[in-house]
Amino acid sequence: MTQAPSKSNSQNLSQQHNARGTVAPNLRYPSNKKTIYDRNLNRSKNAELSRAAFAYLFVEMISYAQKRVKGIADLEARLNTQGYPLGLKLLDLLLSRTPTSSAQPPTTRPTKILPLLQFITTTLWRHLFNRPADALERSAENASEYMISDNEPLVNQYISVPKEMSQLNPMALVAGIVEGVCDGAGFTTRGVSAHWANGTSVPEASGTTGPGMWPGKTIILIRFAPEVLEREEILSRGSGT
Amino acid sequence: MSFYLAIIGTKDNPLFEHEFGTSKQGGDGVARFREEQRHMNQFIVHSSLDIVEEVQWGTGSMYLKHIDRYTNHYISAFLTAGNIKFLLLSCPDTHSTSSSSARGASSASSARSSAYTSTAFNPTSPAIEEATKNFFLEVYDAWVKTIMNPFYQVNMPVRSPVFKGRVAGAAKKYL
Repeated sequence: MTQAPSKSNSQNLSQQHNARGTVAPNLRYPSNKKTIYDRNLNRSKNAELSRAAFAYLFVEMISYAQKRVKGIADLEARLNTQGYPLGLKLLDLLLSRTPTSSAQPPTTRPTKILPLLQFITTTLWRHLFNRPADALERSAENASEYMISDNEPLVNQYISVPKEMSQLNPMALVAGIVEGVCDGAGFTTRGVSAHWANGTSVPEASGTTGPGMWPGKTIILIRFAPEVLEREEILSRGSGT
Repeated sequence: MSFYLAIIGTKDNPLFEHEFGTSKQGGDGVARFREEQRHMNQFIVHSSLDIVEEVQWGTGSMYLKHIDRYTNHYISAFLTAGNIKFLLLSCPDTHSTSSSSARGASSASSARSSAYTSTAFNPTSPAIEEATKNFFLEVYDAWVKTIMNPFYQVNMPVRSPVFKGRVAGAAKKYL
């Protein structure tokens, strides 16, 4: 036992000499000798996580975020921050997993708002919740605002929000993921937030599905930065449409 | 041929660097950059970042092909979905061929041969483009695995020797 680490240390030292100028960290291989680089990216493509395990973890995430917050907005911001890095990573992972006819992985990026939002509502939603989002709308009053609605968010399924915190929507975590995807793809946002559909903070989107039918209906509001819309306009002018 | 690969983060910060030579046509896979050329490489790659930003919205493809040239340094680029830039600088060896041939032949013929090697390299030829694309794809695969690490945050430098090994393997295979 005592010899094995010293051996790996000497290996690291020789690596350090080879890689000029870079500091080789003490690399420790997992017991099955497989690093993350040896695993196929599609390995967990169809794997599903137990709902109970998710609910338990999510409760812990919320109570962790709740510990040092001043108000509900602060708590939602913390949940948002927890989701953000997930979005950045899922963007690359899901795009590299998109099936194509050829054997090679696809190498396209979303360059316009609509393909990006479609990626979010179909590919991302399917990956997270196993079904596409229920609606995607553009705000009538403000062209820079888009809304993704989910009638029955899985995230909120086992959560009953207390009366005094009725403004809180735990979908803030998913809003953070969406923000990460948008930001990562180069579509800067002025904030992505989650709202109850029957709340007062968001104007009623369409009114076709009332809150009575879907009491948990949640709207994720994406507000893109003005420069994104500017670029969008230039791009559509350039392509002649 | 000598190559220099740089991975640049979203804030134009370098995340990873690697130098290597060609393994095709009996190459030994060692970069033949002169010492003063090393930091020039960084300048050249950095200056081509502007061109990446110019072309990145014109195409939805990640592989941006050959985008820039500075004397006989050719830059190819690959842009990941998360806006991380892979820049590959390729440079035909002029000084090494001229110094080796100068021993036997006259200086005039060595000048001609060195001129030949620098003009023969055409970064837009289908074979070179395809090889570069395959190289980038293999690096991208390793890159996605890197960012899947839950402890990796955006714009963190990559120091993993395994990642370096993967890049070196892809370089040996395709370039």
